[in-house]
Amino acid sequence: MTANQNTVQASPEQITYANILSYGAWGGIALMVITYLIYITGLLTPHIPLHEVPNYWGMSADQYLHEAEIGRGWGWALLLGKGDFLNFLGIAFLGILTIIGYLMLISAYIKKKDKAYTVIAVLEVLVLTLAASGFLGSGGH
Amino acid sequence: MSKQILQKIRFLCLLTGTLFVAATPAYAATASAAADGGAGYPWWVWPLVLLFFCFILGIVAVLAGVGGGVLYVPLVSAFFPFHLDFVRGAGLFVALAGALAAGPGLLKRNLANLRLALPVALIASTCAIFGAFLGLALPVHIVQICLGAVILFIAVLLAASKNVERPTVTKQDAISAAFGMSGAYMEETTNEAVPWKTHRTLLGFFMFIIIGVAAGMFGLGAGWANVPVLNLLMGAPLKISVGTSKFLLSITDTSAAWIYLNKGCVIPLIAIPSIIGLMLGSFVGVRILAKAKPKIIRYIVIGVLIFAGLKALLKGLGH
Repeated sequence: MTANQNTVQASPEQITYANILSYGAWGGIALMVITYLIYITGLLTPHIPLHEVPNYWGMSADQYLHEAEIGRGWGWALLLGKGDFLNFLGIAFLGILTIIGYLMLISAYIKKKDKAYTVIAVLEVLVLTLAASGFLGSGGH
Repeated sequence: MSKQILQKIRFLCLLTGTLFVAATPAYAATASAAADGGAGYPWWVWPLVLLFFCFILGIVAVLAGVGGGVLYVPLVSAFFPFHLDFVRGAGLFVALAGALAAGPGLLKRNLANLRLALPVALIASTCAIFGAFLGLALPVHIVQICLGAVILFIAVLLAASKNVERPTVTKQDAISAAFGMSGAYMEETTNEAVPWKTHRTLLGFFMFIIIGVAAGMFGLGAGWANVPVLNLLMGAPLKISVGTSKFLLSITDTSAAWIYLNKGCVIPLIAIPSIIGLMLGSFVGVRILAKAKPKIIRYIVIGVLIFAGLKALLKGLGH
């Protein structure tokens, strides 16, 4: 039990987590807007030409990956130099943000010797890292 | 008095009209889009319509007090020529971006509480991975039928559930006490500190298994389920439930979003206009909220959900 648990003040680790989310979320959204503008203005050649995208969005994801010759799992990372896949930088950053926040939480809970919440935070990082790893997503469906 | 009523009627007409205008190009094009997958239009038409549509959805979601994802997935899958895989992928990132942007303010004001959120987030995010795999493995018409049923259930839940401002928790249970799931927040309207604690924790944990699976399976976000479980079942005050629920989405949806991303379910031309449109709409919605009458808008949204749920059901059944 933390000292400030029954006060209206948020705990220090909660404030730090909030700051990580605040800067990260808006940074990620700004990155998404910039990369999207680069994409639709054609500054960087896309993997799939813009006018051909409507031919793909009616397909299942599995068929789309096959037809557009995109690798499974982290296959998209190999195409980051293309205008369309450049957008994945901002999208993936949003997905990593929570993991970054939890790594800070682990350190804070270890310092507070809060064993239960240290274990919970470690397990959460493992779950999110496993989901993000692509090991689970590399098969077909 | 009559002037106020006229203003309200004018606002409602404006809202309904805007919704109609936003939905009409999408609806009008749906018939031909179904035949050619939307390929008959220049590439920029659908993303532009989607941006505008999501902007309106963002406003309506704030006014109705629901998450953007719960409206996004059924409506976009009903009216746009995109495969359900891409709609669910974008839906998860829409909910994730909204939760990440709202989280800091809620955490700093102690309306989202880490000690309450972390244990249930671990359960929900783990189960969201299973949900994502289940949703991507099942035939699309089965997912459409299940989605329709869930959306109809959400509409009933919104209509019937009576959240409690400050539930009475006479005794904190052993699990809740062990995890220290209690705290306090400042009630700004009365300027008083409101202490809270939870009970029925084990049952609450079980419910988050179902919530996690549903979030991953349908890409809906899960605020519609988080709030009643935290508030009505576990006894957290409504403000803590709403704040913690919004923050929870940033964790639950992260795990499912990665599965969808690595399965190829994200097309930037669909996902980015959706995220930006809904976020811009949310900002405008917050400003309108002060002048609007949320109760009436809530009824409109319940009507829209019933319509979208039936449409998803019929689509799944091949009609």
